[in-house]
Amino acid sequence: MAELLSVQNVETLYGPIMALRGVSMQVREGQILALLGANGAGKSTLLKTISGTMVPKKGRVEFQGKSIAGTPPHQIARLGIAQVPEGREVFALLTTEQNLHMGGYVRERADIAESLRRVYALFPALYVKRASQAGYLSGGQQQMLAIGRAMMSSPRLMLLDEPSLGLSPQLVSEIAETIVKLNREQGVTIMLVEQNARMALDVADYGYVLENGRIVMENTAKNLSDATDIKEFYLGMKEQGVRGRRRWKQRKTWR
Amino acid sequence: MDGAQFLQVLIIGLSQGCVYGLIALGFVLIYKATEVVNFAQGDLMMIGMFIAFTFLNVLGMPYWLGLMCTCASMALIGALLERALIRPMIGEPTFAVLMLTVGLGFILRSFAGSVWGADPKSIHNPFSGEVLRLGEVFLGFENIAVMVGTALVCIALGLYFRYARIGVSMQAASQNQLAAVLVGISVNRVTLLAWALSAGIAGFAGVMLAPVSLIDPQVGFIGIKAFAAAIIGGLGSLPGALIAGIAIGVIEQFAQITLPTSLATASPYLVMLIILIVRPGGLFASVQRKRV
Repeated sequence: MAELLSVQNVETLYGPIMALRGVSMQVREGQILALLGANGAGKSTLLKTISGTMVPKKGRVEFQGKSIAGTPPHQIARLGIAQVPEGREVFALLTTEQNLHMGGYVRERADIAESLRRVYALFPALYVKRASQAGYLSGGQQQMLAIGRAMMSSPRLMLLDEPSLGLSPQLVSEIAETIVKLNREQGVTIMLVEQNARMALDVADYGYVLENGRIVMENTAKNLSDATDIKEFYLGMKEQGVRGRRRWKQRKTWR
Repeated sequence: MDGAQFLQVLIIGLSQGCVYGLIALGFVLIYKATEVVNFAQGDLMMIGMFIAFTFLNVLGMPYWLGLMCTCASMALIGALLERALIRPMIGEPTFAVLMLTVGLGFILRSFAGSVWGADPKSIHNPFSGEVLRLGEVFLGFENIAVMVGTALVCIALGLYFRYARIGVSMQAASQNQLAAVLVGISVNRVTLLAWALSAGIAGFAGVMLAPVSLIDPQVGFIGIKAFAAAIIGGLGSLPGALIAGIAIGVIEQFAQITLPTSLATASPYLVMLIILIVRPGGLFASVQRKRV
């Protein structure tokens, strides 16, 4: 599989705080990549650095072989990277359909009709609500809208930031199915940031684990789900010792 | 006050209010795009009046051509101001940008004073003195022109924001800047357009106001009343600004014939105070609250 995106030694700052401390990673064409990590590990910062809403202080970000670090985000969107931001961020006072049209802002008007049909086929609920204000949609519908809006630009790479946040288990598995469908049927490469590690590892091919702004682990999704550390820290499965020995004294962090 | 007199005052108030409404639209357009109040909005209108004076009286253009040229040159001026003054201020505190627009107002006033002189002027127009008589009510052509002109501008704006892709993208950018950037909308372009649009509208308002008001560098101070209108309308609502502007024009006219002069002058601000106490967000505040 060809390399679609590569991040090399990226350092990104939030004011004085270094959120990414030299991150290197690759996304291959056609992959579903999961990015795991606790709160504040730098997952969202990494996505923002790729989509251009944050500018790295050091390091390179390359998309299809071209450097994109420092390119303004609205131009990165034109290159074929679509981010579904954390917390949905729909245009609350526009209608559902206007939201979707805005998703296709970077394309010619004639080209987006087909994409619109695809979005409605994937999310029939959005078709029903196409004329209502996006702010009045339910949380799950708004998440579908955010994903649909990103689909409208017909991206090569879709960055999903916590799509399962605040959704019911039923909806989480629906979103997970959608992600797989997008990948398999439309060939969209996907980079998925999740707190819900189980869902992420279920759909992903490959995964990275971020901690304190560094990549501390990478492997195939299957191997990651079997790794003891991942099981304990992210999947909440704790192997009970013989005498119920507490394991918290052992490695709690990677350094 | 009999019925005819009532109608007479109402019509003058409506046409005056349309001018307030147009300037208030400019306030709201820029506020929605940049979250900054452009306190030089009234002065932009004043510059528009002087430019119209130059086109019509000095260069002797026909009225309609002069009107269009005024709007076009004002839109250009608005775009240039945004490029030169506002864009370098991106990321600075809102208050700094606010003070910048206040300063811009002073500069525009002294600029107008030094270029066109301080003595009042008026422009040639096809309406002055023409009157339409309906029973006992006299309709000045200039008043009718203001109302028709405002209606046309509002219809055009409404269509622009509803159906034009670029118009919808301006709405999108004002509702959620992050999401707008992520779908590929250039926020700089939206800001530039907002300044060009509101300066263009200010120019139009200036031409509409010119037949009923003399032109001098201080005329832009009616922008303060328009600002009151924008606040009453909710500062984020275009229809609200227009309606509140018209309401203020009408209230002011009635206050002038019923109340002592000093109180009448303050009436727009009294209305603003009362509205702010009753509905702090303004009459037409949008349901959406800005998340911090």
